[in-house]
Amino acid sequence: MSQTTIRIWSWLHKWSSLVCTLFLLMLCVTGLPLIFHHEIERLTGDAYVMPAVADEDRRESLDTVLSRALAARPGEVGLFMSFDEDRPVVNVTSGPAHDAPERQMTLMSLDWRTADFVPPPVETGIMTTLLQLHTDMFLGLPGKFFLGLMGALFVLAIVSGVILYAPFMRKLDFGTLRLSRQARVRWLDWHNLLGAVTIAWAGLVGLTGVINAFSEPITASWQADKLGEMTAGYGDMPPPQEFGSIQAAVDTAMAASPGMRVQFVAFPGGLYSTDHHYAVFLQGATPLTKRLLTTSLVDVRTGALTDTRPMPWYMQALLLSQPLHFGDYGGLPLKLLWALLDIATIVVLGSGVYLWLARRRRPAGTVTGEAAA
Amino acid sequence: MRPAPNQTRRSRSLGTIFLFPLLVGLASLAGLISGLAGDGLADLLSWAGLAVPVIAILWALSRRRC
Repeated sequence: MSQTTIRIWSWLHKWSSLVCTLFLLMLCVTGLPLIFHHEIERLTGDAYVMPAVADEDRRESLDTVLSRALAARPGEVGLFMSFDEDRPVVNVTSGPAHDAPERQMTLMSLDWRTADFVPPPVETGIMTTLLQLHTDMFLGLPGKFFLGLMGALFVLAIVSGVILYAPFMRKLDFGTLRLSRQARVRWLDWHNLLGAVTIAWAGLVGLTGVINAFSEPITASWQADKLGEMTAGYGDMPPPQEFGSIQAAVDTAMAASPGMRVQFVAFPGGLYSTDHHYAVFLQGATPLTKRLLTTSLVDVRTGALTDTRPMPWYMQALLLSQPLHFGDYGGLPLKLLWALLDIATIVVLGSGVYLWLARRRRPAGTVTGEAAA
Repeated sequence: MRPAPNQTRRSRSLGTIFLFPLLVGLASLAGLISGLAGDGLADLLSWAGLAVPVIAILWALSRRRC
């Protein structure tokens, strides 16, 4: 590699990292407890034990569940219905209008066996604050996009770091830690070692974080593109005022996709559906296929199935980006490894800033000269 | 330029430099993906794969000579 090439990559590495480091440090620090949010919420006593009922397999009609939920929110309409995987609970989201923004929505949880209320997922407290800081820094969509951009710079910093790794390591064995040398050499070795072994993990968590940051525009383009295609026949028909049975819609969708389980229902008029349909999202039964959703559109007036198709690649990529970013798909051991790699990334970021400061204090020597310092 | 104990005068090839980072990266990726593909054995594989970078750090700490 010529000196000029090294200088260019070194410039890219320096600036892509410096611009994003502060935000990445915030993301790594807030992300650390978020890895264990499930365990923390259980420990802080927010867990709810479902009462036993005579017939555990009994399921109330979803229409009953919905009307019970909406009775508690007079004047509001149903927006979404989602189904817990590990317990018979239906979550109903309501809002003042079909296109209500997220902050006006209310989430209610009901026992699917009895249509009685159960405590909703905790929406307040330190974990929610951390999550919001981590997602958008309390700035809404612009904050989310900004953090997505910082994530993209982080990925660029990783790529340029990989390229710079070669000239730095030409004369060193992999894993060299010269811990008895001066601070700058010590931290350079830590930076190179931790950076090198976390490339795959940090790259994937960074990339999936960027994808998650742009979930709204990705979903909106899916709605405009594919949902539009699936409902081309509806043209400019006025939106229906009366909605048919939601239980019947779910039954129709499930009958068309045997072996699948209902995960989510979006009501007409919202981001995940059209004006004329219940969008029923079905998931497969295996750990992989349960993340790849199939969309069924059921006409809210006639109850007929309009179309069923798997989600396009970019929506599947978004869906797979969630577990790959959260690290919540392989039990506690995976979460612990996730936390260790997160801490390693914090050290890479911190040592990077230190090396930059140290170099500014003593600017002599080329980049490769430093490698042998 | 004075050679430190674990430095040699000869430059290493790109293959040598990237061999271990590549192996650690492939193991990590295999771990990241296999955890998605299933439960049970697939989870074990994912723990093993993602433990490789952590083990590499511990190994580097244990072998340092200076």
